[in-house]
Amino acid sequence: MTEESRLTDVITARKLSKRFGDKRVLEGLDLVVPRGGFVLVTGPNGSGKTTLLRLCAGLFTPTDGELEVEAPRGAIGFLAHEPLVYNELTALENLDLYGRLYRLPERRERAGAMLERFGLWRARNERAGTFSRGMLQRLALCRTLLHDPDLLLLDEPFDGLDVDGAELLHTELAERSSVTALVATHDPEALAARSTARLALA
Amino acid sequence: MNAYAGDVAALARKDLLLEVRSRDTLPAMLLFVVSALTIFHFALPSGSSERAETGLLWIAIVFTALLGLTRAFAAEREGGVLDGLVLAPCDRSAIWLGKTIGLTVFLVLAELVALPAFALFFHPLSWDLVAAVALADIGIASIGTLLAAIAAASRARELLLPLLFLPLAIPVVIGGVGASIASDPGSFLGFLILYDGVFAILSWASFEYVITE
Amino acid sequence: MSTSLLSRHGRGPSPRFGPLFAAAALALLVGGFALAFYWAPEDADQGFSQKIFYLHVPIALTAYACFGWGAWKALRLLWTGERRYDLESYTAIHMGLIFGLLTLVTGSIWAKISWGQWWTWGERQLVLFLILFLFYSSYFMLRYSTDPGPRRERNSAVYALFGVVLIPVSFLAVRIAGTILHPTIFTHEGADLPWQMLVAFLVCLAGMLSLAATLYRVELTGKRIDASLRELRELLA
Repeated sequence: MTEESRLTDVITARKLSKRFGDKRVLEGLDLVVPRGGFVLVTGPNGSGKTTLLRLCAGLFTPTDGELEVEAPRGAIGFLAHEPLVYNELTALENLDLYGRLYRLPERRERAGAMLERFGLWRARNERAGTFSRGMLQRLALCRTLLHDPDLLLLDEPFDGLDVDGAELLHTELAERSSVTALVATHDPEALAARSTARLALA
Repeated sequence: MNAYAGDVAALARKDLLLEVRSRDTLPAMLLFVVSALTIFHFALPSGSSERAETGLLWIAIVFTALLGLTRAFAAEREGGVLDGLVLAPCDRSAIWLGKTIGLTVFLVLAELVALPAFALFFHPLSWDLVAAVALADIGIASIGTLLAAIAAASRARELLLPLLFLPLAIPVVIGGVGASIASDPGSFLGFLILYDGVFAILSWASFEYVITE
Repeated sequence: MSTSLLSRHGRGPSPRFGPLFAAAALALLVGGFALAFYWAPEDADQGFSQKIFYLHVPIALTAYACFGWGAWKALRLLWTGERRYDLESYTAIHMGLIFGLLTLVTGSIWAKISWGQWWTWGERQLVLFLILFLFYSSYFMLRYSTDPGPRRERNSAVYALFGVVLIPVSFLAVRIAGTILHPTIFTHEGADLPWQMLVAFLVCLAGMLSLAATLYRVELTGKRIDASLRELRELLA
């Protein structure tokens, strides 16, 4: 690997393995995601898609092998199965908190703009606990994209979204053409146009 | 430095706001401590000394605190939010400090009810006791936040937290009861300050390691 | 973090020194007790029963040493992230708990012989060890109730550090508790020890430490083999 290409690879995994006690979730995985790459991760339930994303986010440490993620914490946008928001805080308050933690200037305005882009402006002062599944997913996407991350780690981004929501997500992704992304999905065709590579986990 | 303080303030404020909205933990702690004091009355045969009663007050404080500690990360568990906090670029120790400040406030609020109740049920309190309680709150909240994070990783969270907490609470009880009844409470209060300092620093520094995998 | 099987669990204590440690332990312990029982003078106040001091105090000090060693390994784990330190820390603390239990037992026997009670709150060492025994027993509860993995290793390491800090804090606490709460009527802190007693004591202490080191090495090797076997089995499965 040349020095140049090393600088442009955002994620590099060599023989990456993750075990939980006796259960082997990932074994000997090799993966390279270059800068600007949009990699889809497919596979049946339990194949390790979520685990791979959590490893890249830094929430898990590998059991074996090497994993390098060339992105500081503040430049990673992670979408999980759970929305990662406080039920008793309003949408706006949740985003305001994350904006504060991510040191965003003018975080109130950015939070508002984000909610608007995902069609949640009218629900901005309602508690996240009252949101429907689709609204929660939209709010989670707001949280994920709020700080304009360079690296997106998305776990089933279309889960729970209705047709409008899916369209909004497509628009968002289209606008962010320079991001690097690793996306776990059951429906690779939806993002086929955007993807640069696919990884199928057994 | 400023950013750190801002993170801590935002997190502490968030905890207090959540409690105001959900009103889960504090009412339970208040009711618990008054119930405990009532039980203590029946547990103490008549003619029991004031010193014994003061000792029991400290038991009530420790166990009420334990009740609050089991709820320390409850809100974060609900939405899986802890991952979100851990992923943020802020220092993980800021999460500890924000949570500890929140817990200390809860403990103080609980004692604003508990201490007058005790004075009503048993006997008047000294200012040394109040000072000792305040110092104990800081120590309990400090180690409590950390131990709650440790216990959260286990399969038997509710069982493990008391087991981890109680041995560490023994010095607090010694310092607290001593300050409450000694003719010279200074050394006991000094000890509580030492305890707080040592364990707060240790908790602050090691939180990073128990919150990440 | 690429690690080979062996390096992950550590190469283990060198087998060459094993018998050496065991022999040293045996020699020092036998020699120490011989000195204690036949050579050192009898204590003026307590008579022959004082001899248990040569057993009780070295065991106590060895327990402290084990906890300290466990905490050191825990610190190394947190510092370097090398997972082999987890087994080392755990084994050391296991040793410490065993010796701690023995401290309580020998202390209790001494109390019975000296004052006719199996337990007394007035004996500071005993009370301190009770607190530590509770603490390190909780350490084991922590390990048993958490699934193996990096999380358990780090949590155990942090708790081990808390333990070693708790030792001086509890010591101080029990000391000041003695002034007002539970008067320290009984104390084993004698006046200056005659030099023969000191020599016998030091030999016994060295013997206990060697014994702890021997047991530590044996247990650690066993644990390492267990862990490596388990991983091999997984790899082949």
